Amino acid sequence: MMEGGQAAEGAPSGILEPRAMGKSLQRMDGMAKVMGTARYAFEYGPGSPAYVHLVQSTVARGRISRIDAGAARSLAGVIALITHETAGRLASDENRELWILQSDEVHFRGQVVAAVIAESPEVALQAADLVEVEYEAAHHDAALRADRGDLYAPKTVNAGYPTDTAEGDAEAAFLAAEVKVDSTYTTPMEHNHPMEPHTTVAVWEPPKLTLYDSTQSVHSVRAAMARTLGLDIGQIRVVAPSVGGGFGSKGEPHAHNIVAAVAAMQAPGRPVKLALTRQQMFCLAGYRTPTIQRFRLGATRDGRLLSIIHDVVELTSRFKEFAEQTAVPTRLMYASPSRRTRHRLAALDLPKPSWMRAPGETPGMFAGEVAMDELAVACGLDPIELRIRNEPGRDPASGKRWGNRHLVECLREGARRFGWSARDPRPGQRAEGNWLVGIGVASATYPRYVLVGSRAVIRVESDGSYRVRIGAADIGTGTWTALTQIAADALECPVESVRLEIGDTDLPRATVAGGSSGISSWGSAIVAAARELRRLHGPRPGSGAEVSAETRKPAQDDTFAQHSFGAQFAEVRVDRETGEVRVPRMLGVFSVGRIINPRLARSQLIGGMTMGLSMALHEQSVLDERFGHVINRDFAGYHIATSADVMDLDAVWLEEVDERSTPMGSRGIGEIGIVGAAAAIANAVHHATGRRVRDLPLTPEKLLV
Amino acid sequence: MEASITLRVDGAERSLRVDTRTTLLDALRDRLGVTSVKKGCDHGQCGACTVLLDGRRATTCLALAVAWDGASITTALGLAAGGKLHPMQRAFLDHDALQCGYCTPGQLCSAVGMLQEARAGHPSFVTSGVAAPAELTDDEIRERMSGNLCRCGAYVNIVAAIREAQGKGGAS
Repeated sequence: MMEGGQAAEGAPSGILEPRAMGKSLQRMDGMAKVMGTARYAFEYGPGSPAYVHLVQSTVARGRISRIDAGAARSLAGVIALITHETAGRLASDENRELWILQSDEVHFRGQVVAAVIAESPEVALQAADLVEVEYEAAHHDAALRADRGDLYAPKTVNAGYPTDTAEGDAEAAFLAAEVKVDSTYTTPMEHNHPMEPHTTVAVWEPPKLTLYDSTQSVHSVRAAMARTLGLDIGQIRVVAPSVGGGFGSKGEPHAHNIVAAVAAMQAPGRPVKLALTRQQMFCLAGYRTPTIQRFRLGATRDGRLLSIIHDVVELTSRFKEFAEQTAVPTRLMYASPSRRTRHRLAALDLPKPSWMRAPGETPGMFAGEVAMDELAVACGLDPIELRIRNEPGRDPASGKRWGNRHLVECLREGARRFGWSARDPRPGQRAEGNWLVGIGVASATYPRYVLVGSRAVIRVESDGSYRVRIGAADIGTGTWTALTQIAADALECPVESVRLEIGDTDLPRATVAGGSSGISSWGSAIVAAARELRRLHGPRPGSGAEVSAETRKPAQDDTFAQHSFGAQFAEVRVDRETGEVRVPRMLGVFSVGRIINPRLARSQLIGGMTMGLSMALHEQSVLDERFGHVINRDFAGYHIATSADVMDLDAVWLEEVDERSTPMGSRGIGEIGIVGAAAAIANAVHHATGRRVRDLPLTPEKLLV
Repeated sequence: MEASITLRVDGAERSLRVDTRTTLLDALRDRLGVTSVKKGCDHGQCGACTVLLDGRRATTCLALAVAWDGASITTALGLAAGGKLHPMQRAFLDHDALQCGYCTPGQLCSAVGMLQEARAGHPSFVTSGVAAPAELTDDEIRERMSGNLCRCGAYVNIVAAIREAQGKGGAS
């Protein structure tokens, strides 16, 4: 399983020798987190802060005809009230999500139409309730259906992938195939819901704006704020000390960032605190689009694919486009002489969808991996054997050679550990009391992203320690720990000699903690800087020596396709009377390159799998199309997995060093854990019951009909 | 309307005037600068604001500060008496029972309170009978901790940490 080969061109000094890397060091910010002393955005703001509460539109489309803020303004303790009539003009509408309080237009229900700044949170909330807004409502449209006449093809889909692809005549090959699967799968609207609500504490000390922000990228926030507010980059500092999760929803700034800044400008010198409420997070912090996916597979009787057709229908907001790349994994998973993939969007009067853990792969691999299970049943083949038979020799999407495709090893290792060989292939054969028991499998994949644009600066301090500075983020991923381990190995020093600084735009520029690219991108910059230090200053650099270096695109990316793969196994029990689904066992086997810190890596992977379990069993934002809003907008209505849902769940990985992706030999692990998890559970439910549920989540009523 | 109250927070007497609408959670966070209690939902649905309130676990977002004048509150910080880690905190670190850390103070207080409840013989939904105190199996721990949400998905490690800490003074 070890990836052999000579040193890659992209890492001229070769792969780092692991000394600290590979060790299960305790999470470096763990002590502060268990003591409760780690500070998150809201806990900043020296002096006497003011508090902001938002007023949101109650129509999904139209114009504000009148705002009566008299009662709110006269309330004791109100500092200011901001509406589109009183807010200053923003400088750029390039980002339409941030172009708020600028006109009377309403684009979605829940849009920010006013904001109150007050001396206390209680007064801010009371005043927000007193603001009366009248609307001239226009007809709105919030209905996603696959048969809409106005579906359109976006120019590209998220991460810059082509909207459509076609190889061969997939339709004809499908029609001619001996065995066919033609199914439609749906995934619901889902919300990220990090436990820490999106928060900005803004301080305006002209000409300087400081934001303590809950974000996955301080530098992205600074750039967007500067553009939208018309400030110079140098006027803005963004600080993200500890971040209470993100899962994509804090990957880019949202409207509240602008409101906080605008509010701070009304109260110069005072910290102004704005935290979204949990309810507001259902319309102001991004979400995963619902998807409708028609998946067609044509194959020979012995399970060799002849045709793959994946047609995706999903939604975007009308005011700003976001196109989830749902069909992208279908382009590379399996070999087929013909293939067609397509994304179509409905532009609706809804909040803007955005990134949610493994956008594209998560919903796309639900459909694709359940379809493969259906094909296995249709061919009378073991689902693992079916996947092995369709293993592509090269990347079908790019035609490049595979860098590190170890899907088959993951499937085989998982099968061995999970006891797959004892599985009776016939569905509905195993019962224990009222419980029907089954096991299922699905593949996982995630691209290896290394983003250019990060810079690391290393300085030798007078005590001989190394100060390592980069504006990276730790959103719970373990960045503090993993980057320290990488720096120690790159500098050939103990971890105790590394003083890492992250989470601040006063530090060198860093790319987003997103796309599982963080450690790969930032770590590469740190290693490059360490090597530069050695090159310029020799093995024992003196105090005061300082170097910087940037992340570079891996040199062999034009020749090799670098992706991570995995295999998800699930055992389910389905109550034959109530339809309740439980997941007593889950195992993920992953091929993700070198593991920097096994203890933290396992947490990342099982965390992703747990979110996948949650997606499979519970999660759905129920949209009332008549009003254009989510009706179950709190944790009583939007269920996420609790400890009671998660039993024996574990993740393991192949021993592997990816010599072409990063000098650490690693590839990134934040997202692959969720990919395929829901499909494995749905496939296990079919095995347990003989019932094929193609619509997530797997709630009891779908198993009772 | 305002009222004067005194709270005993992690062993220290703190007197303050509060708006009578102020929750105990906001009084702690906004007024007293206590960071070892978190706001996740403000609706009693996530457990991030859990403390030991007069010895029992409670969600402070559902408590009005004025109603708890004189109460004694232990947050995650207060679990570490004299700066020495509580066995539950130690176990959370050892098992990496946290990622982003935002739910962690609430998980810790909830876990300590839960062990005390179990020791006092309180049954849970999965307890088979009430004749004797339930043995604290993994199923019992999972059920009793299900009021504390963790979006990072650290449940497996949280349960492992609690399992270990229960034999090492985790309830005290």
